[in-house]
Amino acid sequence: MDIGWYLAVSALIFTIGAAGVLTRRSPLVILLCLELMLNAANLALIAFSRMHGNADGQIFAIIVMVVAACEVTIGLGIIVAMHRRRLPIDVDELRELQG
Amino acid sequence: MTSLKLFAWVTLLAPLAGAILTGLVGRRLPGRGAGYLGTAALAVSFAAAIGALVSLQGLAAQQRQVVSVAWDYANTVGVDAQLSLLLDPLSIFMILVVSGVSMLIHLYSISYLDSDEGYVRFFAYLNYFVFSMLLLVLAGNFFVLIIGWAFVGAASYMLISFWYRRGTATGAGIKAFVINVLGDVGLVLGTFFIFKHVGTLDFLGTFAKAKTSFDPGSADLTAGCILLLVGAFAKSAQIPLHTWLPDAMEGPTPVSALIHAATMVTAGVYLIARMHPLFELAPSAADVGAVIGCLTLLVAGTIAIAQTDLKRVIAYSTMSQIGAMIMAVRAGAYAAGLFHLMTHAFFKALLFMSAGSIIAAMAGQQDLDKMGGFKRAMPFTFGCMCIGGLALAGIPPFSGFFSKDEILLLIGDRGGWYWILYAAGYVGAFLTGVYTFRMIFRAFYGEPVREARELEEGHLHHAEIHTNPGTGEIEDTDVGFPGPDHHIAEREPSMKLAMGTLALLATVGGFLQIPKVTHVIDHFLAPSFRDSALYAREPGNGLLAFGLVLGAACGLAGIAVAYYVWVKNPGLSERVRLRLAPLHRLFVNKWYFDELIDMVVVRPSRWFGSFAQQTFERVFVNGVLVGGTTGVVRAGSSAVRAAQTGFLRYYAALVVLGMVVMAFYFLVAA
Amino acid sequence: MVEVLFFVAGIGAIAGAIGVIAVRNPFFSVLALVSHLLCLAALFLLLHAEFVAAAQVVVYAGAVMVLYVFVVAYVGGQDEPLGPGAGSGLRPVSMVFGALLFIELCAATLGSGLKLVDTNGAHIDPGFGSAAQIGQLLLTRFLLPFEAASFLLLIAAVGAVVLARRRGGLTAAEDQARYTAMDLLRPAYTGTMAEGVGGTRRLPPVSERAAATAPAEAPAVPVQDD
Repeated sequence: MDIGWYLAVSALIFTIGAAGVLTRRSPLVILLCLELMLNAANLALIAFSRMHGNADGQIFAIIVMVVAACEVTIGLGIIVAMHRRRLPIDVDELRELQG
Repeated sequence: MTSLKLFAWVTLLAPLAGAILTGLVGRRLPGRGAGYLGTAALAVSFAAAIGALVSLQGLAAQQRQVVSVAWDYANTVGVDAQLSLLLDPLSIFMILVVSGVSMLIHLYSISYLDSDEGYVRFFAYLNYFVFSMLLLVLAGNFFVLIIGWAFVGAASYMLISFWYRRGTATGAGIKAFVINVLGDVGLVLGTFFIFKHVGTLDFLGTFAKAKTSFDPGSADLTAGCILLLVGAFAKSAQIPLHTWLPDAMEGPTPVSALIHAATMVTAGVYLIARMHPLFELAPSAADVGAVIGCLTLLVAGTIAIAQTDLKRVIAYSTMSQIGAMIMAVRAGAYAAGLFHLMTHAFFKALLFMSAGSIIAAMAGQQDLDKMGGFKRAMPFTFGCMCIGGLALAGIPPFSGFFSKDEILLLIGDRGGWYWILYAAGYVGAFLTGVYTFRMIFRAFYGEPVREARELEEGHLHHAEIHTNPGTGEIEDTDVGFPGPDHHIAEREPSMKLAMGTLALLATVGGFLQIPKVTHVIDHFLAPSFRDSALYAREPGNGLLAFGLVLGAACGLAGIAVAYYVWVKNPGLSERVRLRLAPLHRLFVNKWYFDELIDMVVVRPSRWFGSFAQQTFERVFVNGVLVGGTTGVVRAGSSAVRAAQTGFLRYYAALVVLGMVVMAFYFLVAA
Repeated sequence: MVEVLFFVAGIGAIAGAIGVIAVRNPFFSVLALVSHLLCLAALFLLLHAEFVAAAQVVVYAGAVMVLYVFVVAYVGGQDEPLGPGAGSGLRPVSMVFGALLFIELCAATLGSGLKLVDTNGAHIDPGFGSAAQIGQLLLTRFLLPFEAASFLLLIAAVGAVVLARRRGGLTAAEDQARYTAMDLLRPAYTGTMAEGVGGTRRLPPVSERAAATAPAEAPAVPVQDD
């Protein structure tokens, strides 16, 4: 398959993830959509790595995975802490940081 | 030449050192130590002045104009601002007079102000004043002159409001200072006008270039000279800038003696004498000065007749005599005017000192109406006052006679419309005799008042309740007010010594310049006035004899009138006053100058100040400028703040939007 | 053959993605993401990235998603409330943004003039994307990012422990009574991280502290008037 197809799929997934981040109210799902976007970026990286014949893109994708894992860890830790304090798990309700 | 410069610097700096030293350690000295310290500084200064005189005379006549430069600040922007002193006969003459008379007045004050809480402060201020006056007369360029001028004004303010808790004193100090500042402005502007053409601030340079830089009768020069005159008039209390001088009598008597008789008020005379090359090139300015001098002479004389405050009478006589001096230096009689300055310093200081003695005997009371019959109780004071009064009235052989007649002689010699000034001068001499001896007769003759009787019995009257002599308010004797004790000349040796010396000088000082006989002053001052066209004039013998006789006659006539009115017929003055009530009211109210100035200057200024505060400051500055800018900032920030909603999704949406826009831009740009 | 596999995996990935955002229950969203990840791994394999595909399955779908499942179970994946939220006007807007983004991304990548986009890619050696090659790259050229990534993992782990610490935490008992110098230097209104994650307050609230430390004013001195 042409590399362009993979890039199109990657763009579509990224867009879906972005739409999800803007639309959903539960922070858990927002994090999941963030994961979607990261994965789309990974796909693009791998595609370009295949395109150039250079494995640097794959290394980059591995590092991105590591970062995504860390970010998920911290994000879920925050959600757990929120739950402990009996706060509503809803980004629309948590808006005290406003001007 | 170097010893001359050294002596001059010592003369100048000794009082400054005295002021600083007195200020720092005066409190730790026991008793009158601060007083002795201050006087010692002045004695050093006077000795150095004599040394300067000797070394000046040691130079050849052509070389007697020496400039001593301490620092050359910078020749930036074409302005040569140096700290330079000009040492020539005129300035040496002035420093001799200033330091000598100041030394005697310091001597007098050692005992006069004893028991005042501000004793140390007084001597520090007084030394500082002498330093500034010396700086003024020793100045070698306009720059230092202006500095000295300003310092003298400041020192005068500090000394007039010396008893600073008295409302009248502080008001008088402010009045003096404000009018002096007006004079400062005139001086500085005048300097600018002259500098514009001549291009240098140095005196000798200016005078050398004066003839070539100005066209005859040029407007700039006339304007500059008139502005210099404004400065001189403010300092010397000539009409219309004279209203501060009578109020300045709120200061202690030694202050009045020093500042307002012998030194500061003569600064104007000195200025005009120093600037004579410029004034000779601008005759219209010179004429203005002469007219105003004459006017002051007469007006002050008339006011003095009606005053009841002892010190104010003497103040008006000062004003009047300075008018005569200014008339003299305007008309070109430089040596005569300066000679009169010297003799006037002697006898006026003497008069003030005697007045201080009487006021002390009256426990602070200055009103002539309440005095009388002190002749038997205070013989020494009476003698001194008589000598001073005779000198002032111009009775031979006292010094005032010779000096005043020299002036009038040279004025008459000028001819032309100067005859009017000549006549006015003699009328002034008559008035002088009248008011001087009115003062003396009222204070010393007649029935002894209670204080005099007590003094005859040997008991100096002491007031239990201290009051402000002018307004009658009750005061205490703590710092800021006069001390509880008063000291009279008969009991204090230092006062006697000072007054005696001045009396002696007032008597024999005239012999220095007997017209046609001795020409000490003339010859001494000649090198300073080398370039003057009017200096070396020899009036005719006939006019001389006529003038001498007329002068003595006017003086004696004045004394006789005073004797007749106040001693022979005690009720006559009352009747005359009632008959000429409007005239008397005019004189008592000082020709309404204060009211005029109040209406013309003070009220508009006050209105303007309140307008500026109410309207301009409150509405415009606070409201529009300050409030406006803060309002704009506040509105802007609250508009921007609306973007901070707190919704996570809004922020994410903004991020995405930004990303879309950026990507679009880059795509298009590529 | 490659095309068939590509389309299957591609559609699977997209379906999973849509499932993530469309499903109400968070638990089902997690499951949709898992399937999406597996399809992505297939796509990686098609691109000759064997190691990355394996890592994706094992690490991402295996470990990270399991973590997600645990958290969803703990927190309680309640369905999202049906009422319109405060930002419900955002839904059409986000659709528009999404569409715009998609168009731009496609324009950027496909229309960019990269020469090889329309081909299968450059020529590659047989060992391309194998574990050996990845390992060699990681340990030579990309050693620094490798170490930094491991450091990042350490920090994340510590952070997670601190964030999710139970009330009363690890050393709660001995912490509560001990005041350190920092407690005294700290201004009255600030707190510690321990308080932030649900630990006890070390110091009493401001009002009590102010009352305790204020000097005992003695109004007992009577006012002397002259």
